Amino acid sequence: MKFDETSAGLGLRGLQIAPAQAFGAVRLVPLLREHVREDLRLETRPYGDDGPDAVGVRGLADRPDVAYFSYIPHAYVLRWSDDGTAVAARGASLSSKKQGLRTVGGVRVLHRMVRAEGPGALRFLPLHLSFEGFLSLHFGGPDVAWSEYSREALSHGLSPRRERAVLGAYVKGLEDAVRMFEIHERQVGALVFVADALAAMVCFPHPDDYRALHRALVRDFFGEIVYQYAILYDDVPAHRVAVREVEVADLAGLRAAVRRAGADWAAFTGDMAARVLREPLRWQTLHRAGPFRLRRFMSALHPDEDNHIGEAIVRDDGGELEYCKTFRLSAAQVRRAYLLDKLAQHDWDLARTAEALAVTREALLVRLRNAGFGYLLKGHVLKDLPP
Amino acid sequence: MTMSTQTAAARVTCEDLVVFLNACFCCTGQREFYSDGHAQTVSIEFLHDYIRGNYRRLYARTLAAGVNHFNRARIVTELLAGSRHLAPEERREEGRLIAAALRSLPAPRAYRALLAVRARGVNNRRLRAIVRDYLSARPDLKFDAIKYRDKLRDLILHTHLPLPGELGGFLFKGWRERRYAAPLLESFRRAHYSEEALYELPFTVAEGLAARRKIDRAVFLRKIAPRLTALERLRLQATAAREGVAELTIDLGRAGLTRLAIYVLSLPLGERRQRAAELRTALDAAARRCLRDAPLALGRVAAVLDCSYSTAGSPDKPRRSLAIALAVDALLRAASAEYLSFWTPAADDPLQLVPRGQTDLAGPLLDALETRPDLVVVVSDGFDNDPTGGAGEVCRVFKARLDPAGRTTIVHVNPVFDAPELGPRRLGAAVPTLGLRDAEDLPTALAFARFAAGDLSLAELEDYLARRVAVFLARADLAPEEATA
Repeated sequence: MKFDETSAGLGLRGLQIAPAQAFGAVRLVPLLREHVREDLRLETRPYGDDGPDAVGVRGLADRPDVAYFSYIPHAYVLRWSDDGTAVAARGASLSSKKQGLRTVGGVRVLHRMVRAEGPGALRFLPLHLSFEGFLSLHFGGPDVAWSEYSREALSHGLSPRRERAVLGAYVKGLEDAVRMFEIHERQVGALVFVADALAAMVCFPHPDDYRALHRALVRDFFGEIVYQYAILYDDVPAHRVAVREVEVADLAGLRAAVRRAGADWAAFTGDMAARVLREPLRWQTLHRAGPFRLRRFMSALHPDEDNHIGEAIVRDDGGELEYCKTFRLSAAQVRRAYLLDKLAQHDWDLARTAEALAVTREALLVRLRNAGFGYLLKGHVLKDLPP
Repeated sequence: MTMSTQTAAARVTCEDLVVFLNACFCCTGQREFYSDGHAQTVSIEFLHDYIRGNYRRLYARTLAAGVNHFNRARIVTELLAGSRHLAPEERREEGRLIAAALRSLPAPRAYRALLAVRARGVNNRRLRAIVRDYLSARPDLKFDAIKYRDKLRDLILHTHLPLPGELGGFLFKGWRERRYAAPLLESFRRAHYSEEALYELPFTVAEGLAARRKIDRAVFLRKIAPRLTALERLRLQATAAREGVAELTIDLGRAGLTRLAIYVLSLPLGERRQRAAELRTALDAAARRCLRDAPLALGRVAAVLDCSYSTAGSPDKPRRSLAIALAVDALLRAASAEYLSFWTPAADDPLQLVPRGQTDLAGPLLDALETRPDLVVVVSDGFDNDPTGGAGEVCRVFKARLDPAGRTTIVHVNPVFDAPELGPRRLGAAVPTLGLRDAEDLPTALAFARFAAGDLSLAELEDYLARRVAVFLARADLAPEEATA
């Protein structure tokens, strides 16, 4: 994955944070759209039993070189108009070929993560898009044929590279929270906190899209750490407003005080999600569709902070966020990506990388092995390393 | 020291009892929007055990306090399940209350309460006397023998009470007997052989036989129509519309307020719009009829009514919270000199309500307070989330800063039992919260508000209960000297 821009976080242009609703360890924060526009709509295309097993990421449709394997419950189809007129979300009945679904050696393979389907329509796979970006980070492997790397690593790169995620339905309490959540009138998105750690941010173009896709939150996938937090923590304190009664002289004053207290909590909630909203993110543009850009992003990988990946659709004029989904990486996932980043920065030279990380070469080898990258190195290099 | 211990004990008793009564007003052990049926059952069972174990005399008296049917039946069962340590006069008072409570319950609930005692393995002279009195007071035991056949038979099996006339043979031999002299029993026997006799039976009995015969539903409904009770008619409206049966028209002017509200909300929006005038008149008439039974005269009233998504309720109680809000709206309009309603989220026409959106109680509550009313009634499940706890803060600050003289009373009416809190969820310490199962009980609930606010002492609560007991026993038509058991 090559980044083409580093900029400040997703921001909340055109969105407002509404008061949070907490259920057990899950806190859902509604995001409301200030001006609802009709020129961009999202719909799901559910894949039943004969859905894709894999996605051909690179190569020909019938003979992909690189493929992404995962459980894929559905795709999103984006419909837009260039001139700002309303588009109707409509169901499509396409044949398998038209959908880009082919059988390659008994495996159902979907052609590409993002695919234009006629004018004004785009199909893409939510979250898989960003996850594929994360997996393809330095996927090519060592650029320089250092003697420590195995022949396999030099010729095929990191393949196969794999990571784990957890289905939303397995995150304890999430299903109940989603069921009991009361959707606001202009709501287009939500911040999902588990044990007050940001688990995901979702945002859709239109309130009707959100209402239709709200329950699909349990079919998204979440970081392993989110799953653990949900088990470890029973509940989170509610964001109850408090008014200082000495400051209140009449009903109008009381109304203002309550509104102020609500706004304080909204600002605080924004701070809780600062890692995706404000901190710098690295972006990659994947597709341009009329006045919209589909991009994926990754936060700067700091092993001691929370890191997120995700994808977003941004309007060109005004930079309004039309769609986004994020995924919280677990600590081990961040460590792996961080090590790869550091290796790539130093041309995969183990000695220089170890120096940059301020550890011995041996310690770096241990870290690589423990992170699951032992398969990149020759057997004798890993021999006699401490555990 | 002794004195303060006593007052502390009295305060604890008073608080415990208020919690229990409030729970008994709204809990039915069914699944709610925010908690499942199991949590509800565990929670209410604990309350019953705790209060029966500690305050047996007051526990019995709560039967008269207007608690809902589910809890009345439960109290009857608990009281009958054990009474070994009671003094004779205590036992006598309990007996009268139990007999009155059983009569005030719908028959299936009363039978189920008595059978629950059987499930506990209790069979004594007291139970047999209670059952004997209950059965002898039933207006038509033959009808019960048909409609509640299994229940009555199990009860007789347990208590070995003699039955009048042919009933014994009927219950234990049923339709295999040759012939019955009583017309109702005879038509039950004949219904097993002839289709005409089927339509002389109560609906619930005929329905099972009709299903066994594979009689077309529309034909069956058309022919059984004259035998339907008012509630059955109301319940079958959707089925009748689906099957195209025109004979099941109901007189909306006679339905109870809460049932009517539930019916109105079960209609599709288009139909509600078409029949708006008719439905509105029916709601108002039901409210006025309700006030005739339990008078309530209020001055300037404002209501904050919750129609957020959580009022959709659960599969067990679909849209019940919303129906209560709608019914309370009609009731308060009829009962008050000046009335204003504030829905959240805002709604123009109460007949077009759908459970949707977030719960913002603080905003509408402030709107209501600006009209300077005497009484503000908040009808909500207490999950105030836009912003969280806003309404509680508004009430607290309003009472402390803006209305220290207490010119405006704020009352929170909650139709939902929150299992973890062992009662209806509160908005805050500043507002009394009252459980409410049926909108018709609003006058009782408002009378109870002073206790829920925590202003009154145990003596006053006992006094209140004693008065309710006197009324309850008088209404049950039970003269004191006739009391048995």
